[in-house]
Parts: sequence; structure tokens; C-alpha cells
Amino acid sequence: MSSFDLLLREQAPQVLSALVRHYGHFDLAEEAVQEALLAAAQQWPEEGVPDNPRGWLIRVGSRRLTDLLRSESARRRREENAAQLAAPEEFVAAGPEIDDPGGRDDTLTLLFLCCHPALSPASQIALTLRAVGGLSTAQIAAAFLVPESTMAQRISRAKRSIKQAGSTFEMPPEAERDERMGAVLHVLYLIFNEGYTASSGTSLHSAELTTEAIRLVRGVRKLLPDDGEVAGLLALMLLTDARRAARTGADGTLIPLAEQDRSKWDRAAIVEGEALVSDALTRTQLGPYQVQAAIAAVHDTAETAEATDWRQIVALYDVLEQLVDNPMVKLNHAVAVGMAIGPKEGLAVLEPLESDDRMNHRLEAVRAHLLEMAGEATAARESYLLAARRTTSVPERHYLQSKADRLA
Amino acid sequence: MLELSKYGLPASTYLLTGGHRGLRWDRMVPVKYMLLIYSNAESWEGLSAEQREGLVRAHESISQELAEQGLLVSAAGLADPITTRTVRVVDDTATTTDGPYAEAKEHLAGFYLVECDDIDQAIGYAARLPDAEYVAVEVRPVMDMSGLEM
Repeated sequence: MSSFDLLLREQAPQVLSALVRHYGHFDLAEEAVQEALLAAAQQWPEEGVPDNPRGWLIRVGSRRLTDLLRSESARRRREENAAQLAAPEEFVAAGPEIDDPGGRDDTLTLLFLCCHPALSPASQIALTLRAVGGLSTAQIAAAFLVPESTMAQRISRAKRSIKQAGSTFEMPPEAERDERMGAVLHVLYLIFNEGYTASSGTSLHSAELTTEAIRLVRGVRKLLPDDGEVAGLLALMLLTDARRAARTGADGTLIPLAEQDRSKWDRAAIVEGEALVSDALTRTQLGPYQVQAAIAAVHDTAETAEATDWRQIVALYDVLEQLVDNPMVKLNHAVAVGMAIGPKEGLAVLEPLESDDRMNHRLEAVRAHLLEMAGEATAARESYLLAARRTTSVPERHYLQSKADRLA
Repeated sequence: MLELSKYGLPASTYLLTGGHRGLRWDRMVPVKYMLLIYSNAESWEGLSAEQREGLVRAHESISQELAEQGLLVSAAGLADPITTRTVRVVDDTATTTDGPYAEAKEHLAGFYLVECDDIDQAIGYAARLPDAEYVAVEVRPVMDMSGLEM
């Protein structure tokens, strides 16, 4: 990412907040900011970065916004033929001289708005990346491998939904805040996952999503330094991303945790992540991201795969299961029990999941793994093959197929 | 090394005050689904002019709706199987034969590539394709290049 890009992305939420606070009209303001960012991307490399980049962006954005409001009200007048609508002058009267938000940081308010419960997760992600992350529609479309027109529709639909839900630009009431904060962290988590789980082919775009998610959650942490779950999520991302270089082979195949070359792990990220989660665990309310980060820390700080403290991981999964009702947690729990105690015990943990209809091919993959550990090669092979057929992920399919081949 | 005992974990006191924020382990980003429309020559020829007209209109309106929802990746109708060539490479030489690969009464007549939150949403759209009434529409997730750490 160039320094221009980074500068623009950092300014994007501030500029948007200033415009929305001053004019309202989240949908049009967002469009105006995108155009201001585009103008900056074209002009600054040639003319140099202005002394006050944010002021420049706010000025250009608000000029564009008044244009948009003018044409919008003209359109509405034509459509409704109603004279009582505000005249364009009313919007312009405030002039382009909008106060810089100064010390106030509205990024969190903006995040809450983009993660509005009226939107689907896919729309929340798209809108957050654009409005808070400052990514263009084309960049977001490329990252998710859909045509730009599809992403543009999704974003404008999301903006319309927010408008219809009647959301104003202010922090939600206290009672809602925790819930919304959960949605915000969830969206950042999904953005990270989308970048992290994609491997070869789209790696360029995907790595950028991961970086963006980490940048955004760092931003949230600056605003809420004492929130344990924010710290936990940042730690989880750092501890997971630290393994990036080791998790795929030269040909793009998936390398499981146990077989990764640990010298390729990013030490600095591990140290930072572990410090974050250790600090959060001692002094904040416990939450699922912190527990997941703690599990990741146990893996990342083991010298070798064999040295992994599986008993500690089992204990952490016990805690996590109390916090969240998710079959994936139980699956991971079963793996940990298999490693800490024995494969038979792990298989016993799997049993109640058979009837869980939220389960996918990973139940079969875990069963295969535990059966292999138990020395039941034939049954393990069958399970690997079944899991390979059920997955829709290419690297996972290759991995599961090769596990089955080794047992042939 | 992170020492659990240092933090008194697991301890029920933590659990009682535990966070309740949602958490999903899987990807929650939409999956692409291919809606494969099957047809056979008789079913198409047996339609009245009104029925054919209705079919076309239904496709137009569902394409428009999918596009407006931001779900449509791509869609196309395929030309009649009479125009199809099937290619095989034997000993580095490509040979072609007239007609589709599978000698079935039904042939692939068109497709929609859509992004949906889950397969149920994709099934919902497939059921609304007019062709589902005449022959069948197959819903298949598209493989992707991602994989969780295993």
C-alpha cells in the first residue's frame, strides 16, 4: 500500500463523519467522500500533499455533496412537484467551511452505523470497508471476486437500508451499544477471515483485507483502550496472521498447524499478540475473542508442535464453550481432547454433534483425523474421502484427499 | 508461555460475567452458487407463445431483482444443444463430435451465478426460476480457493 493510500484511508472516516454531522444524508455524503478521495489520489501525487489534507478533503467533499444535494432536491422537486422542499441554497448556506472535527473522533459512531443490524453481514462488510476503510468499490469487488456493478449495488442498497431504518449519526443508546459493538467486532473479524482464509490466486487482494482488518481494529483499540474484547480481537488477528508465511506451500497447498515451519512465523506479531491478550485477561471482563486469542497464543508460543500444551488448550475450549454456543467450538474442543488425552476420548466428544444440523464437512474431517490417530486406517480413509467430497474449498479438498491417499 | 493458572482460568467467576458478543467460526461471507437450468427440446417446443413470453419476462424480472439486491454475479442462456460440439483429446489430437457430452434427454439450457448467504437463499431463487416448473434447476456451490487452518 502506498503512503498516499494509507493517508487517504486514515482520513476517510474523519472526513465522512464531518460531512454527515454537518449535512446529514449519510448516503450522499459517502458518495461525495469517495469522489474527494479519488480526486486526491489523482492530484496529490502530482501537486504534493496539501498542508492540511483533511481540510482539503472536507472542502472538496462538501463541495461535491452540495452538488449532489442540489441535484437530489431538484430531482425530488421534479418528481413530487412540491415547493415546500428545502431550497438548495439552504444546504449551501453553511458554505464549504466546515469545522474540522478536531480532537473528536467519530470513527466509532461511523462503524456503528455501517454495522447496522438492518444490514446483512455481507453488506455490513462492504459498507465498513468503503466508509471506514476508504477502499473503493472496485477494490472491494476485486477482493470478493464479484463484478464491480454487483458490489456497487450492494453498497447502495446498504446505504438505502440505513436511511430507511432512520438511523441518525449519533452513538446508539447505552443498552444497544454492547450489542452493536459485538456486530462491529464481528464484521472486522469477518473481514480478517475473508483475507486470511483465501490462499493462492487472489492472495494479493486477500492479504490486503487482512492488513485492513488489523488496521481498523487497531483504530478501534485506540478509541477503546480498556475494552478486553477489542484487545482480544486484535491479539487474535496478530497471532493468527503471524503464521501466514508458513501456512501454504510454494504451490499454494494448505499446511496444517502441526506441519508448519515455525521459523517462518512472525515473531514480532506473536510477541505483540501475546502481550495484548495476557494484559486483557488479567484486568478485563472475559470474552470469546480473548479466549480464542489465548488459544492461538498457546499454539504460537510452543517451540514445536509436539511441545504444544494441549491440556491448557482443552481448558480454554471448556471456557469458550461456556461463552458461545457454536458447533465449531465443540469440534476444536474434540481435536484438543484427542491430542491431550487420546483419540477415543476425542471421538466421544464428537458424538453429540452428529445430530447438529449446523455441522458441515469439518465434522467428518475431524472424525477422520481422530480415527487415524486411533489406528483405524480404513475408517479414517473413508472419512477423509467423504470430507473431501463435502468441502467447497479447493485447498481443503486437496489436503483431505492427500490425507486419504497416504492411508491407501 | 501463557500460563493459564496465572489468570485463574478456567474459573466460574469469569464465566458468570462472561461476554455475550456473537462469534462465528466459519466464514460468513456469501458463497457463490451456480443455478443450473435444465431443459429438454420437447418441454420448450410444447410451450404456447404466451408461456414462452412469460418465461422470458420471468427471467428478466428475476435478473433485475438479483442485480438490484447486489447478488447477481453473472447469468446467461445457452444456445440449443444442436449447436454444441464436444471436444476430446486423444494422443494429443483434439477430435470433436456434434452434440453434447451426455446423451440425456435433458440438456443444460442456462445458468445464473449468484452470491447468497446460504444455500437456502439460493434454493429460494432457483425455485422462482420459471424453468423449475418445466424441468429442473440444480443448485451447486462454487468451489473457492480458501481454506481454514487445519
